[in-house]
Amino acid sequence: MSRLASTFAALRAQGRRALIPFLVAGDPTLDATATFLDCFASSGADVLEIGVPFSDPIADGPVNQRAAQRALAGGTSLRDVLDLAARVRPRLAQPIVLLSYYNPILRLGLEAFGRLAANAGVDGVVVPDLPPEEGGPLRAAAEPNGLDIIFLAAPTSTDERLARVAASSRGFTYCVSLTGVTGVRDDVATDVGGLVGRLRRHTDLPICVGFGVSTPEHARQVAGVADGVIVGSAIVSVIEQGGAAAVPALAEFVRALRAGVDAAVA
Amino acid sequence: MTARAGLIGAGRFGRFGGRYVPETLIPALDELEVEYARLSADPVFRAALDSTLHHYCGRPTPLYYAARLSDELGLKIYIKREDLLHTGAHKINNAIGQVFLARAMGKQRIIAETGAGQHGVATATAAAVAGLPCEVYMGAEDIIRQSLNVFRMRLLGAKVISVESGTRTLKDAINEALRDWVTNVATTFYVIGSVVGPHPYPTLVRDLQAVIGREARAQMIEQAGCLPDVAIACVGGGSNAIGLFHAFRDDPVRLIGVEAGGDGLGTGRHAATLVAGSPGVLHGAMSYLLQDEAGQVRETHSISAGLDYPGVGPEHAFLKESGRAEYAAEDDRTALDGFQLLARTEGILAALEPSHAIGHLQHVAPTLPRGASVLVGLSGRGDKDVHVIARALGEKA
Ligand SMILES: Cc1ncc(COP(=O)(O)O)c(C=O)c1O
Repeated sequence: MSRLASTFAALRAQGRRALIPFLVAGDPTLDATATFLDCFASSGADVLEIGVPFSDPIADGPVNQRAAQRALAGGTSLRDVLDLAARVRPRLAQPIVLLSYYNPILRLGLEAFGRLAANAGVDGVVVPDLPPEEGGPLRAAAEPNGLDIIFLAAPTSTDERLARVAASSRGFTYCVSLTGVTGVRDDVATDVGGLVGRLRRHTDLPICVGFGVSTPEHARQVAGVADGVIVGSAIVSVIEQGGAAAVPALAEFVRALRAGVDAAVA
Repeated sequence: MTARAGLIGAGRFGRFGGRYVPETLIPALDELEVEYARLSADPVFRAALDSTLHHYCGRPTPLYYAARLSDELGLKIYIKREDLLHTGAHKINNAIGQVFLARAMGKQRIIAETGAGQHGVATATAAAVAGLPCEVYMGAEDIIRQSLNVFRMRLLGAKVISVESGTRTLKDAINEALRDWVTNVATTFYVIGSVVGPHPYPTLVRDLQAVIGREARAQMIEQAGCLPDVAIACVGGGSNAIGLFHAFRDDPVRLIGVEAGGDGLGTGRHAATLVAGSPGVLHGAMSYLLQDEAGQVRETHSISAGLDYPGVGPEHAFLKESGRAEYAAEDDRTALDGFQLLARTEGILAALEPSHAIGHLQHVAPTLPRGASVLVGLSGRGDKDVHVIARALGEKA
């Protein structure tokens, strides 16, 4: 069983939901990122999501755009992120999921990426600009290496498309909570439960919800309808404010998110 | 006109094209593809569009035999005068078509990106004609370079939104327009300005610009009694070039696209995507792009804002790899020479973008058979560029 599958199976057995914090690798430095990942792991994260910075992140709002620009200014590449994953893998039990736009992966080469990512101990990959109909080549490179490719479902997806997203995904499915880009929001989109329910009809895979989940209260609401809660921009904001010294604030925030997630099922 | 004419597979030109965008947009692209196929076959829609292109935009544009330029270069040079269109460039062919599509699809809001401002002006114009609100994303850097067009857009009732992210030029304006579209996809139509972006845009824009070559082909036969030996056009995203080339795709006509060489290919400061780039994915399509070894998109440079783009339409990538078209790059200096040559010999102030094609013609003329006939796509006029040209030539405007 893959690390993602066993993690979600264990959570399910305990009646718990996954907390998946996200950060952008190299923001502000790769060493800081390693420290932040340790912090996530010891503050209640179940899965670690690492963003690969890209020059043209069309699915991201201003917070993640700025983080990517800071990371790129420091020269962070996909290879660096794979090295980072390999570095933290031995000491962390949690599955590691990369979020990367498609072009850095293409440039490295699909074959090489599949091999290097698996060797680094990466468990899954989310590619926000790769819909399932374009995902065949990446899946073909990933699957022999035991690397899970996770596709995204959106509020605009038709039922036919939800079926395709579900059938193409491995590890879990990523449900985009809102019609828009990533960012910190005041409220959770009202129809998240409906979208998760529609997707659920097509898959037994865990369904994790991201985009706009910003507070412990949001985490509680989302954990009430989904198997996992992905928190990105709100965490990246804490890193933006604290820089390399963000660890105490991050630990506090991730613990609060954990409490929110657990409150949903308690 | 069929939605898939010239396509190999679904939305692909060989291995190029496709749809590399967030899932949120895929249903909207499906809707656009279906509605476009339906409306482009609808005689009422076609008639309204053709009538507007004729009475409002000024189609057909003249094909002009440039006698003095021909003498100077030892060729027979025919110029397709897209510079004479309403708003001053070929961009209006596409903008009118897409805005009419938007209106017929019941969309309530138009967005666009612009580099030089020509597509922004064309879209603002078309939106005014259609009575739809329009917002145009433009890089902060380009807003400074092309202030005249910013003012024109505002006069036309459009809102110009300054893009401060990334390199603050056209590629970032497209990113921001895509983010707006992802957020407002139910109500908004994104009028993309060239043969770039996810399927069906490269085909849709190609079809709307193909009128250039269709007219030029018939005009060549009528005025010159033959097809040209060579057809040449500048390539930014590639819409005026594909528009010119398409009608000649099955003819024995050499097709040459000219990209922006900026400060020179050796300096790294250029926008010669097909000549110096490599395959990759940007703005929703697999095509050529200028990128570093880690797959990050590179900053570009050109004296002409309209060519200052690190990507290029996927059909051009296909035409390059199949060998059907050839691509060259000319630097800023050569474009200025081309601009001055056309002004001096023919009394035409061209935009800096097509001035790259004139400059290239000057370079390759000695390699062509004497008296060879050449069709040049003159995509726009130079009013917008006089300040930049004055500065480059060390004069006050
Ligand atoms: C006059 C003119 N020509 C050419 C271009 C380049 O675009 P394309 O390559 O899509 O024709 C522009 C873009 O702004 C333009 O204004």
